[in-house]
Amino acid sequence: MMPAFINPTIVAHLVLIFAVMNMLVLSSAFMVWMERKVCAYIQDRVGPNRVGFEGLLQPFADVFKLLLKEELIPKSADKLLFTLAPIISVAAALTAFSVVPFGTETTLFGLLREPLRLEVTDVNVAVLVIFAITSMGVYGIVLAGWSSNSKYSLLGGLRSSAQMISYEISYGLALAAVVMMAGSLSLREIVLNQSGYWWHIIPRWYLFLQPLGFLIFFTAGVAETNRAPFDFPEAEQELVAGYHTEYSSMSFGLFFLAEYVNMVTVSAVATSLYLGGWLGPFLPDWLGWMWFLLKTLALLFFYVWMRWTLPRYRYDQLMEFGWKYLLPVAILNLIATAALVIWLG
Amino acid sequence: MNPVLFYLFAAVAVIASLLVIGQRNPMHSVMLLIVSFGALSGLYVLLDAPFTAVTQIIVYAGAIMVLFLFVVMLLNAHTEDEAVPQTLGPHGMKIAVVLSLALAAEVVWALSRVGAASFSTDSAAAGAISSVARIGTGIFTTHAFAFEVTSVLILVAMVGAVVIARKEH
Amino acid sequence: MISLNEFLVLSGILFAIGTAGVFLRRNLITILLSIEIMLNAVNLTFVAVGRYLGTVDGQIIVFFVMTVAAAEAAVGLALVIALFRHRETLSPDAFTTLRW
Repeated sequence: MMPAFINPTIVAHLVLIFAVMNMLVLSSAFMVWMERKVCAYIQDRVGPNRVGFEGLLQPFADVFKLLLKEELIPKSADKLLFTLAPIISVAAALTAFSVVPFGTETTLFGLLREPLRLEVTDVNVAVLVIFAITSMGVYGIVLAGWSSNSKYSLLGGLRSSAQMISYEISYGLALAAVVMMAGSLSLREIVLNQSGYWWHIIPRWYLFLQPLGFLIFFTAGVAETNRAPFDFPEAEQELVAGYHTEYSSMSFGLFFLAEYVNMVTVSAVATSLYLGGWLGPFLPDWLGWMWFLLKTLALLFFYVWMRWTLPRYRYDQLMEFGWKYLLPVAILNLIATAALVIWLG
Repeated sequence: MNPVLFYLFAAVAVIASLLVIGQRNPMHSVMLLIVSFGALSGLYVLLDAPFTAVTQIIVYAGAIMVLFLFVVMLLNAHTEDEAVPQTLGPHGMKIAVVLSLALAAEVVWALSRVGAASFSTDSAAAGAISSVARIGTGIFTTHAFAFEVTSVLILVAMVGAVVIARKEH
Repeated sequence: MISLNEFLVLSGILFAIGTAGVFLRRNLITILLSIEIMLNAVNLTFVAVGRYLGTVDGQIIVFFVMTVAAAEAAVGLALVIALFRHRETLSPDAFTTLRW
């Protein structure tokens, strides 16, 4: 006799959580490959092409190499926090995705009695949860910088914390504008609010209502994930490798993984908030997740494209941009949105 | 309300807070306080206050504690000054310990004298409590004055912090 | 079954821990952290009582407490930085004069 709590719904949920977490890790492996490939083509090279088809298995080879390397902990490091830092980074990155819906409800062709929602969990404050977990991610980087007890790491950590706090404000204000339009903090409801078309042709995405908001969100998102042109925490020309200078083996790999998972999450959240999530034409409802995947992938490609095209800002330029341009524009956007929402009722 | 979860979060909060004041290393203190805040956030979820739980993480763990961390890193004060306080006399520490314990006993005694008050198990009441819209309406109508005053307070604090921390020329 | 009383006792314990930290510690940063513990103990009471009375007012007050705590931390830490610049120490006993 099986215990009562093992029922198809619970099992389906556990399978879903397992699948989502693994897909995230796999997608970051794919991102590494895509990054190297796109970078290679931008620089007129071929890129990885030996391991697997077109080098697709290259990231796995890299991971196995990292796993077999020796783990080094500097003598003067704070051992506890030094070990904890990459774990915090990865945990925060993986958790943030848990409230992102990526498809409609499904019963898996009648296999389940209750329809299963394609997301790990639906909380009524999902947008804030993402915001909260993103703000926890900064600890991994700050702790890594501090506990390494090396000046390059410390500078990387300090820069990163200042940068992430500065851009978090614009990030939050851009989110708030969308929340205001949708009148809900649940990502699922925000996505469902974007269904339908204007004049049968333009999808009712918030991208068209909030073009400025989308730009602010994505710029701040790039800064939050420490990617070029805002990749100061690891500016290799001046800081060796920034906060993860002293890391080796898989703990370095974990930071790498966290960075890519964060990119995926920011793109997925941007897709849900501005690009209509899983909604799209031509495909039946239960295949909506393919639209979601496609849109997220397009944003991820943009990420990579930007990294290999734009040079890095100077640090003071970054701070000036964040506080003197992005933040005022974000506030104006919020006020304009509020006025419009009231005016249009 | 799940008693197991309550006692788990309560234990984490109390132990982490005790370790915060028992640590020599300010960096570890800050990290342990974040753990304690996380546990409190869990308690807020148990109390049907998801909005407060999330704000707890965003504001306390995500902003205020990063500020602390930033200052600890900036000052790079690894360990505490071991100088024995002269102002309290030779038995200063002992008196402080006794006073702290007395306070703990007193507060717990006073609060445990409240008559048994169980939470309503009505799910409608829980839904009303957890509604973000109701919190927002409350802030901008009944508590609008407090809200405005808080914004002035933040402005003053911001200007004050900049002036105080600025290097003198 | 967990009732309001358990929450009140827990918040009392946390408040006492915070006060003990202010009494016992000789480090300005840890003292500020202890104050945060005390503020959080009070917040817990507000939310628990708000749940008990069935109103959102408890949560609204917690919202204000958080804002005030943020302001307090900003000014407090600015003071700590200024003090550290003058004396190179974080011990409160080093600052006994009323002028620099």
